[in-house]
Amino acid sequence: MIPELGHFSLIIALFLGMILGVLPILGAARNNSVLMGVARPLAYGQFVFVSLAFSALAYAFLANDFSVLYVAEHSNSHLPGQYRFAAIWGGHEGSLLLWALFLSVWTAAVAIFSRHLPEEMVARVLGVMGLISVGFIMFMLFTSSPFTRLLPAAADGQDLNPLLQDPGLVIHPPMLYMGYVGFSVAYAFAISALLGGKLDATWARWSRPWTTVAWVFMTIGIMLGSGWAYYELGWGGWWFWDPVENASFMPWLLGTALIHSLAVTEKRGAFKSWTVLLAIGAFSLSLLGTFLVRSGVLTSVHSFAADPKRGIFILSFLVLVIGASLLLFAWRAPKVGLGGKFDILSRESLLLSNNVLLSVASASVFIGTLYPLFMDALGYGKLSVGPPYFEAVFVPLMIPMVFMMGLGPLARWKKMSVPDLARRVQWGFASALVLALILPLSMGRFLSLESNKFSAMVVLGLLMAFWIIASLVISLKQRWSGQGTFMARVRRQSMSYYGMQAAHLGMAIFIIGVTLVKGYETERDVRMNVGDTVMAGGFEFRFKGVTQTAGPNYTASTGHVLVYQDGRSLGELLPEKRQYNASGMPMTDASIQPGVFRDLYVSLGEPISESDGAWAVRVYIKPFVDWIWAGCLLMGLGGILAVSDRRYRIHKKAVLATAPQSSIHI
Amino acid sequence: MKPRQKRALFIIVGIAAVGLAVGLVLNALKDNVSLYFTPTQVYNKEAPQNRNFRIGGLVEAGSVKREKDGLTVHFMITDLKRSLPVVYKGILPDLFKEGKGVVAQGKMEADGQMHVSEVLAKHDENYMPPEAKDALKRAAAPQVVAPVAK
Repeated sequence: MIPELGHFSLIIALFLGMILGVLPILGAARNNSVLMGVARPLAYGQFVFVSLAFSALAYAFLANDFSVLYVAEHSNSHLPGQYRFAAIWGGHEGSLLLWALFLSVWTAAVAIFSRHLPEEMVARVLGVMGLISVGFIMFMLFTSSPFTRLLPAAADGQDLNPLLQDPGLVIHPPMLYMGYVGFSVAYAFAISALLGGKLDATWARWSRPWTTVAWVFMTIGIMLGSGWAYYELGWGGWWFWDPVENASFMPWLLGTALIHSLAVTEKRGAFKSWTVLLAIGAFSLSLLGTFLVRSGVLTSVHSFAADPKRGIFILSFLVLVIGASLLLFAWRAPKVGLGGKFDILSRESLLLSNNVLLSVASASVFIGTLYPLFMDALGYGKLSVGPPYFEAVFVPLMIPMVFMMGLGPLARWKKMSVPDLARRVQWGFASALVLALILPLSMGRFLSLESNKFSAMVVLGLLMAFWIIASLVISLKQRWSGQGTFMARVRRQSMSYYGMQAAHLGMAIFIIGVTLVKGYETERDVRMNVGDTVMAGGFEFRFKGVTQTAGPNYTASTGHVLVYQDGRSLGELLPEKRQYNASGMPMTDASIQPGVFRDLYVSLGEPISESDGAWAVRVYIKPFVDWIWAGCLLMGLGGILAVSDRRYRIHKKAVLATAPQSSIHI
Repeated sequence: MKPRQKRALFIIVGIAAVGLAVGLVLNALKDNVSLYFTPTQVYNKEAPQNRNFRIGGLVEAGSVKREKDGLTVHFMITDLKRSLPVVYKGILPDLFKEGKGVVAQGKMEADGQMHVSEVLAKHDENYMPPEAKDALKRAAAPQVVAPVAK
């Protein structure tokens, strides 16, 4: 009964979305405030009904209702409660429902926090989001309903993929989806601006905080996914250029370009058309990412042959969204205008160059990810594009980008002379270069490695990171000079300025992490008998053997590995090899001792000899690896700081005075 | 600089940047695309000699042998028609099992064995990597072996 109610709620939500997608937009075109006025109530109503549908599915999972096909396929009565809940988004159908739920959350949020916006703007934005929801809910209802019954009911479920039974995977997909769906707001703002023919600094100011929040969610989401891959897959890697990862990385790259381009549009009125294009692009890639990951098309194009309805729907939806947006763009963009002028060397030109580089980077990831798919679909046979492709393309693109990232915040808007800029950065660049050359000389001893490697890539990586930090120091020094007490001078700068610098510092931290872990990691795959020791770096790992333990829904072989450094004990690591009862699937669970400067990482391979208890063991020393995620966190924090800027809040206060009037029709 | 010259410069810089990016992409694709072959194709000498490629099939039952060091593993990948000897040094993935589907990437060496650097078994228990499934299908129905990746 409950699942049917969920299904029914979804149908109601679909109808609400249809009305939301038509009436308010029509009202905005005809300047009819009655039609525009229905937008907000409809947005709230849709949120209520999608939430009901989601709760129904959640109930089916928590109550172990295996008469629902989706639950039977993704859950099991022995699955711990929190994973039963997370199993809602463990597959294609439930992920779509989560997507739809978040879309209705964002729509309702826009309805609530848009009191200071002109009525027709709100009507158009909510209308466009309503149209998107129609596409999504229809896709669910016609091709992938999570409420389909399984009759007769299964005795027990097939269990959630063990890889997904992890706290990281409980929060990673929702975060990422909040980001994906959040870009729909930026997209809706862009489309409304095109519809209204008014694309100015105020538009950019409204659109900016939404875009930044979506970007923050996405940043954190990708970070969680990367961290999960690191400790859960047992290979010690943090990024595999896997199609699933790339699917989230492409919209992130364009989204990063978008938040910078929006900044220029707000401050200088320039890049207008470009900003709109980026908003369309970022959202289209978000859609593509959602479909790519969950639909199974990545593992095989032929998975669509089994269910062509899905593939055709997805393709038409994408073509419709992208095609209609671009048509609208082509029609309206001339009206929007190009905006302010700027010189060859100016903050605008640096930001534009970085925008181009980010877009090109995104396109290169796109090509590498989809190339095998196209070749296969065209009948040229199967092939794969490996990580070396992505590294070979990505690194050369990022070097000039990071260089300009350091120059950008120091350059003036509109016009700047080369000697002037050079004079401001020369000392910063020189000290970054000297540090980058000196540090690798002592890095080996600092990390207690056997060898003291000195590689050009390490110097280059460190140079990039120190260059960003040097630029930050120069900028802060300039901004903090002048009259008043130190605190007063610090407070004079806007939160969005500090946000930007925090995010840039995050990038520097991230680069340091990537550079040092790539340059100095130690990896050992060894056979270990009970009592064996192995040296890795300056660390000694002693294998004490394996014991059998039982978890809630699995049994595990737990390895006991003692770690010593210079005879001093650093504790015990307990890597596991799990065997899940319901699915029979094995799983490696690495044991990690994290540290600021290095992680000790041990995972179990396979038992080699039953008689003497020898195992294949993987022993890694990962220097500075946690800096990768610390950098991402700092980027996210920078985004939050930027959104908390006063100029967004001032509007809200000013609006409070007028709020009673505008809230009447709710 | 006059506005017209400025615009021309912008356009030239833009085209140069895009050209450079396209060059990078093509160059990287050329070196890093690995084609996929079936054991029968390798047997028929259709696979490249000094280049990485991918192979898909089943791990032949009873073929997995370990060397003394415990890490070097020898096994056969089969499409049930032809089998190919494979050497791998390292830790095998969780789902690697005799009789189950597998995809590996490596090079043919002079010793007639395929030395692989990567073994993938990213699928669940009842599911087969598409490449492995495809290899079995093709071997079972040789007349369907139509467009071969070249």
